[in-house]
Amino acid sequence: MTAITPGSVTSAASADTAWRRRTLAGTVLGFCRRHPLGAIGFVIILIICLAGGLADWLAPFDPEENDFSTMMQAPDWIHVLGTDQFGRDIFSRLVFGARTAMIVGFGAAVGGGVIGLILGVTSAYFGGWFDLVFQRVLDVLMAFPLIILALAVVSVFGTGVFNVIIAITIPLVPRCGRVVRASALAVREVPYVDAARALGFGHTRIVFHHMIPNVLAPFLILLSAFVGQAILAEASLSYLGLGVQEPVPAWGLMLQGSAEDYATTAPWIAIFPGLAIVITVLAFSLFGDALRDAIDPKLRTR
Amino acid sequence: MTVSTADRPLLEVRGLAMHFPISEGIVLSRKVGEVKAVDGIDFAIGRGETLGLVGESGCGKTTTGRCILRLERPTAGQILFDGQDVSGLSSRELVGLRRRMQVIFQDPYSSLNPRMKVGDIVAEPIKVHGVERNPARRRTRVDELLSMCGLDPKFADRYPHEMSGGQRQRVGIARALALEPEFIVCDEAVSALDVSIQAQVVNLLEDLRERLGLTYLFIAHDLSVVRHLCQRVAVMYLGRIVEMAASDELFDHPLHPYTQALLSAVPIPDPRVEAGRAFRPPRGEVPSPINPPTGCVFHPRCPVAVEACKQTRPKLRELRPGHWVACDEVH
Repeated sequence: MTAITPGSVTSAASADTAWRRRTLAGTVLGFCRRHPLGAIGFVIILIICLAGGLADWLAPFDPEENDFSTMMQAPDWIHVLGTDQFGRDIFSRLVFGARTAMIVGFGAAVGGGVIGLILGVTSAYFGGWFDLVFQRVLDVLMAFPLIILALAVVSVFGTGVFNVIIAITIPLVPRCGRVVRASALAVREVPYVDAARALGFGHTRIVFHHMIPNVLAPFLILLSAFVGQAILAEASLSYLGLGVQEPVPAWGLMLQGSAEDYATTAPWIAIFPGLAIVITVLAFSLFGDALRDAIDPKLRTR
Repeated sequence: MTVSTADRPLLEVRGLAMHFPISEGIVLSRKVGEVKAVDGIDFAIGRGETLGLVGESGCGKTTTGRCILRLERPTAGQILFDGQDVSGLSSRELVGLRRRMQVIFQDPYSSLNPRMKVGDIVAEPIKVHGVERNPARRRTRVDELLSMCGLDPKFADRYPHEMSGGQRQRVGIARALALEPEFIVCDEAVSALDVSIQAQVVNLLEDLRERLGLTYLFIAHDLSVVRHLCQRVAVMYLGRIVEMAASDELFDHPLHPYTQALLSAVPIPDPRVEAGRAFRPPRGEVPSPINPPTGCVFHPRCPVAVEACKQTRPKLRELRPGHWVACDEVH
């Protein structure tokens, strides 16, 4: 007796024409067409990353060099965005500041996000006492606003780029862990996880192959928001004098100190780094949103 | 037909119970009760046999399947698989069992990982258990499994969401067969499918049973499918087996009042017969398994219940050869 049904075979043939292997270029083009705002966000992120990466070649001046003959110059053809109160070229400082922002932003977001992702999913998967204790630890960490906890960590470890990354990573872990755990709890109850258990897969494989890929959609939106948040937190810490230290160029630092005093007489000193922060954070939000829609295969339309 | 008293049944369940605790409080939780999902059941399945497990929603049939698969650790009882008690094994000790015992789930949409291609879904168990380490040969094996389940091997490069419910269910079957198991729990394996697709999948399951010598525990609520596919049927009610007999015997001569009520609820596609027969669906609601009735759990809904039914819990008795009934009022 054969039970091979003609229905499934004919539909296989017809579906074969509808289904083509997507190329990388095709994927990128499709993304731009369906999510123009996300594409704009991505382009901005790309530009900022490139600016940070190629700062040594892009910047016309040394960002740390004072030139007291050119203090507080309005934007002109030599100093396109003007100079600050020490005569340093603002464009050069912005370009090098992009490097700091990207290193801190991505470092803290990816670090905090990945730790939170693994802990959150593991906690949901095992449940019981492990989950209970882990959640209470997160509660303690969540009780502090991000910037307060970051300040506390900085006061323990000290300032500097690396310590700022650590300081922002720590408060991001519970924020990611909490959201990811909620999604993972739902995923754990789905029959494919039971199927994986019935097939005798190990805990590590189930967590990494079956659960984590299925919480990636909320994770990626979180991650893109986290980069923005981390950049903001870094700017805030630097503004408060507890983050990146002078003379290292950082956007928050550029807003600090006497920048306020000159807001009326030399507004370009404060406006351009402020704009850089706003545009960057906005770009990450737009891109994160579009990425969410694009990455979930169930929302994907052919 | 295999009878439950064959030399050594492939699977034997003795006094299986699964009680889920209900707890209150977050940090200092205490048990305030328990859901007796399965409350002491016994049955056996012979090699190559298909046992149907039927009953209303919430009667514990799915939990029984999950306990046998050891997705739950049963509260009490023994599960003898090929003579070995698997009810207390740790997850490490279970790995060997996993290769011999598999499951097909009800919902073809949620039982496949949406982030994996069909080929990878079927290949994963083969890879993890080290059955075939060579990727090319593994790929051949996946193609073979897919075509065995009536799918074009081209489907290997698809994602589950690009397929229909019936096709997905075939993927689920192919995955279950990947480790060449002897025993498969079909947990409502065709309940979520259209009637036409249902027939195809039932035929496929039958065909595979004959070709591969499989043994099934077929959990379902659709009685006509069960009658078609199963040699023997066990009827569950509120965590207990109330009647168990050969398929035709059970459907033609049901003895337990619950089974009779259940069968009378199945419509007959002939208006004259339908109008003439006594329609006696079970009265009332299924009682809560948290606080089940005393004595015979069916007595509040039973048309033949007498005072004694409230006191003593009836045992499964073999009233006819191979026909077991848990009711003291039928003889």
